[in-house]
Amino acid sequence: MSQPLAESAPLRAPLEIEFDYTRSLGPVLSQFMAALAERRILGARGADGRVHAPPFEYDPVSAEPPAELVPVGPEGTVVSWSWMPDPLVGQPLAEPFAWALIRLDGADTAMLHAVDAGSAAAMRTGLRVRPRWAARPAGGIRDIACFEPCDGPAGAAAGAATAQDIGTERTPGMTITPVRLRYLHTASPGESAYLRGLAAGRLLGQRCGVCGQVYVPTRGTCPADGVTMTEEVELPETGTVTTFCIVNVGYPGQRVTPPYVAAAVLLDGADIAFQHLVLGCDASEVRMGLRVRAVWGETGGISHFTPSGEPDALYETYARSL
Amino acid sequence: MSADVAVVGFAQSPCRVREDATTSGVEMLVPIFAEVFRACGLTRRDIGFWCSGSSDYLAGRAFSFVSAVDAIGAVPPAMESHVEMDAAWALYEAWAKVLTGEAEIALAYGFGKSSGAELRRVLALQLDPYLVAPLWPDSVSVAALQARLGLEAGRWTEKDMAEVAARSRAAARSNPDAQVSGSITAAELLARPYVAEPLRAHDCAPVGDGAAVVIIASAARARELCERPAWISGFAHQVDSGSLGARDLLAVPSAAGAAAAAGAGPVELAELHAPFSHQELLLREALGLGEGVTVNPSGGALCGNPMFAAGLARIGLAARAVMSGRASRALGHATSGPALQQNLVCVLSGEAS
Repeated sequence: MSQPLAESAPLRAPLEIEFDYTRSLGPVLSQFMAALAERRILGARGADGRVHAPPFEYDPVSAEPPAELVPVGPEGTVVSWSWMPDPLVGQPLAEPFAWALIRLDGADTAMLHAVDAGSAAAMRTGLRVRPRWAARPAGGIRDIACFEPCDGPAGAAAGAATAQDIGTERTPGMTITPVRLRYLHTASPGESAYLRGLAAGRLLGQRCGVCGQVYVPTRGTCPADGVTMTEEVELPETGTVTTFCIVNVGYPGQRVTPPYVAAAVLLDGADIAFQHLVLGCDASEVRMGLRVRAVWGETGGISHFTPSGEPDALYETYARSL
Repeated sequence: MSADVAVVGFAQSPCRVREDATTSGVEMLVPIFAEVFRACGLTRRDIGFWCSGSSDYLAGRAFSFVSAVDAIGAVPPAMESHVEMDAAWALYEAWAKVLTGEAEIALAYGFGKSSGAELRRVLALQLDPYLVAPLWPDSVSVAALQARLGLEAGRWTEKDMAEVAARSRAAARSNPDAQVSGSITAAELLARPYVAEPLRAHDCAPVGDGAAVVIIASAARARELCERPAWISGFAHQVDSGSLGARDLLAVPSAAGAAAAAGAGPVELAELHAPFSHQELLLREALGLGEGVTVNPSGGALCGNPMFAAGLARIGLAARAVMSGRASRALGHATSGPALQQNLVCVLSGEAS
């Protein structure tokens, strides 16, 4: 038995996620974005005669698409504002700025955007503002880089807006929104013990006190019984392929050249298989019941599994874990 | 609206910044499931329907709620569902399940680990994905726009907002699950700097991690599980426009509408899900809560706002007041979306209909 899991603090590491959402704009927003590229702003006139800017796609009163889009602004009036002293990643300005609800001239509703006012003291409800356009339209709301006070000097046209610069030309009818999120990811106590074990060249599992099943990796709570598991079990690095698939499809970031095998490997003494790579033989040689052993990577952790050369396991020995 | 279903159990984890908790919530859920089962004399196998509320954006990984199923124990298979919302809406789904007779006992749970994420930024992604979210307006700044509208319209003052915070913190001193509590005056709070003018730190819910669980049961089972069940006499939710600039941010028609649809009527106690101080003032008015109503005796969301669990906890706390006999009629409220966009009202009564 090794150290009980609870004695070690959970492992934590930064986790950064990036994905670019590509969205089709539909008939109304396509017109709106196309107009922005020409430095014009459009609103939609509703069934009640009110002009919404930005435009609605469906009238909130009648649920009909807008009958017509009408030019508004480009100047407008601040309806409400708040001050952002420490701009966050991705926001329109890197220096302190105001968020504002801005009613564009000719509109009855307000648009949310940033105002580059310099200081909170320069902001007020009723302030007249005008758009500062991005130097190079990218096909999105950020073609308005921000707004600025009408009574101040005109700011330089913002160079294709920092966080929005996606390095592609505008595609009519489409908009791309890059999303970058940062987390401090915490592994559970069970996962942490498993990872520490891997770093030390050991494979750790846990046995449930209720059902008696041995899980690997350690996961803290028995998924069948919902109880905390405390008994740690060290497992050998040999096991059996219970089932597998041959990966023939390439994808960005892929580390092994297809075709290769992703398999469910049931370690000897475990009740639940886990997924890993089976390399070191032709993909066509991998089969259910194939005996395999772990190949450890140079930086800790298992690189992959490879055939051990033992005779195949009998189906009955792993049928329960399929 | 019938009162055929009652809340029979509630538990929540203390709201804290928890370094040991994962985004799957398992570490926070296992103890509170044990607590609520013990109180009701139930085991997990008695639960006919489970429903959770959580968010992959907050967790930073896909299908994070599936990992949480470890905490419920899924052998034999459980009837289970999930909403990507506060778990108050999971409770609504569970309530419908019991009303239709598909389950006699149902359990709703919610969990959120906000401390691992940049919560203000994550919540920008709930905004219009074409026209608003690409600007990354953070949740505090959006709430601040609403607060200023009320200030400049004469609906409240910064002192009124600070008094909400001071009263909440004082109330939270008797709530061990609260993240923030203490004795402080509005004047002391007002001396502190803005974080997003016109909001100061005390006007904003703290960022914390937590979980909550509520068990409901049909009339046939409720009385055997709980001496004084909290009967659900009304339960409704409504939503306002997603366009921040197109709706009147000083009116909360979805809250008033939900209260009317739930037949709220007079209550003695209300737990309101107001993550910003001025939102309590807006909700009191929208829900028609007079001076005689005890509001947020727990300290409310300003003293602990575990994302995706805090709304469910409001209902659980209101139910607990009824179950303990402290109130004969109480209201639990939950909100979702920016600036009180979506609102849910659950009315709890000591008397079955």
